[in-house]
Amino acid sequence: MSAVGVTRRRRVTNRVMVGTTYAAAAVATIPLLAILAYLVSRGMSAISPDFFTNMPRPVGEAGGGMANAIVGTLILIGVASLLGLPIGIGAGLYLAERRGSKLTALVRFLADVLNGLPSIVMGIFAWQLLVRPVGHFSALAGAIALAAMMIPMVTRTTEEMVRLVPTALREAALALGYSRWRTSLTVVLRTALGGIVTGALIAMARIAGETAPLLFTSLGNQFWSTSLAQPIAALPLQVYTYALSPYDAWHAHAWAGALVLVGIVFVISLVARIATRRRYAAGD
Amino acid sequence: MLRDGATLPETEVGRSVVPVADANGSRRIVPHVRVEQLDAFFGAVHAVRGASVELHDRSVTAIIGPSGCGKSTFLRCLNRMHETVPGARVSGRVLVEGTDVYNGKVSAVAVRRRVGMVFQRPTPFPTMSIRDNVAAGLRVMHDVHRSRRAVDEVVERALRRAALWDEVRDRLHSSATSLSGGQQQRLCIARALATEPAVLLLDEPTASLDPISSQRIEELVYELRSQMTIVIVTHNMQQAARVSDDTAFFLMGELVEFAPTSQMFTAPLDERSEAYITGRFG
Repeated sequence: MSAVGVTRRRRVTNRVMVGTTYAAAAVATIPLLAILAYLVSRGMSAISPDFFTNMPRPVGEAGGGMANAIVGTLILIGVASLLGLPIGIGAGLYLAERRGSKLTALVRFLADVLNGLPSIVMGIFAWQLLVRPVGHFSALAGAIALAAMMIPMVTRTTEEMVRLVPTALREAALALGYSRWRTSLTVVLRTALGGIVTGALIAMARIAGETAPLLFTSLGNQFWSTSLAQPIAALPLQVYTYALSPYDAWHAHAWAGALVLVGIVFVISLVARIATRRRYAAGD
Repeated sequence: MLRDGATLPETEVGRSVVPVADANGSRRIVPHVRVEQLDAFFGAVHAVRGASVELHDRSVTAIIGPSGCGKSTFLRCLNRMHETVPGARVSGRVLVEGTDVYNGKVSAVAVRRRVGMVFQRPTPFPTMSIRDNVAAGLRVMHDVHRSRRAVDEVVERALRRAALWDEVRDRLHSSATSLSGGQQQRLCIARALATEPAVLLLDEPTASLDPISSQRIEELVYELRSQMTIVIVTHNMQQAARVSDDTAFFLMGELVEFAPTSQMFTAPLDERSEAYITGRFG
């Protein structure tokens, strides 16, 4: 084959491959766009200020909202984060700073297994451990189940972020007379903070929509409750219940609830984005 | 491992014809850092082999030698940074101001506060401002509580000594990473100086800098030597000749020769030193 022929073949192959990656990228965004479009078209009609401020109404009554479920979801995310983030970040810091030990490898492996655990299993486990002995469902049990899901996610992202901190920076701190733990907490953790915050927010977004771990822990609640000791309403549960019901009005509310849930996840992801961007801006 | 069996450090240095202080310290040159039969390992690798030397107070010692000869490892043994690497081991004695830093009762943290260090690449803490970088070492010294104002004074003094004050006085609260490479390196020197160390270790401090920034660091080293003991590892023999009072030559982990710089570069005693300095290898 002549040199010109080879060149042309290369050029064509190049174009085909580039075109394929573009197409793959486009296809990857289709599900999200389709879901968003569908949610908006089905759920928008039921969304009004009332939806955010009113309680659910009985079948047959017009209006009503999901105020309890929205607040319940926020409480669950908050409590789960309060429990899960410190443990996850601490464990991640341990994995990154104690490289090479047997325990590190074991903890990392277990975190990966836990990460892949079906969330329904987490729900059953939490029920067995936290609901059955107490005798009733509670928001706290749900939050703990969600926290248990967050921990391995946060552990692994924290580890990755901490490992990105250059060894030279650790050495600089040690050479200044910093002790090991002080170096880890003040220099290493602070340097990796942007990435850790992003990882934490992504984990929060992930658990915001979890339904299975809540089914037999926080159960859901038709009434207003913010008590951690009582069953609590949550958007995913409410959507689940309403979507299964035979009433059209409830179906519309289920769509609206799903839309609000996506909105919450969207806002958390957006905050994660801004947090990351700020970190890079500071690094310039 | 040991070169001539039970050689005493005095003999070692005596061989290289440096006036050494006797037990009374009555001579002109006072030993400030004294290394006795230092061996350093990385796992099975014997990186420094039985080095013994006395570094003089208020003087600059340059450490030269080809890559991998153990000169950086030797330097890192002086402030116990060597042991932070997994698998690293040290034996022998390093006396700083008369105290063996490897004495079991001495903490590595305390040693590193007396023996400052600056690395090859500038390592400002990216999350801290210029001021906070310089003050970083002070924050972990609990001996005295410093007011904000006192810290500001220490920061200014350290930045002045590092010849950086005039360039950063208006932006002490901006990010340290906004500085140029040469400025960042001087910032790291200021950070090391802020805690008033007795010894300053410089590990190829100009290796990542342009010629003009390098020259500023050299001038700085020259000025600082009246205030402390400085040890500088360098690949650049002209630099060693310019800034140092004494020069130590390492080869394959062995301290081949330690001599006044003028003598080392004109009439080295060991033929290996001469071969290296005249550029026949390395």
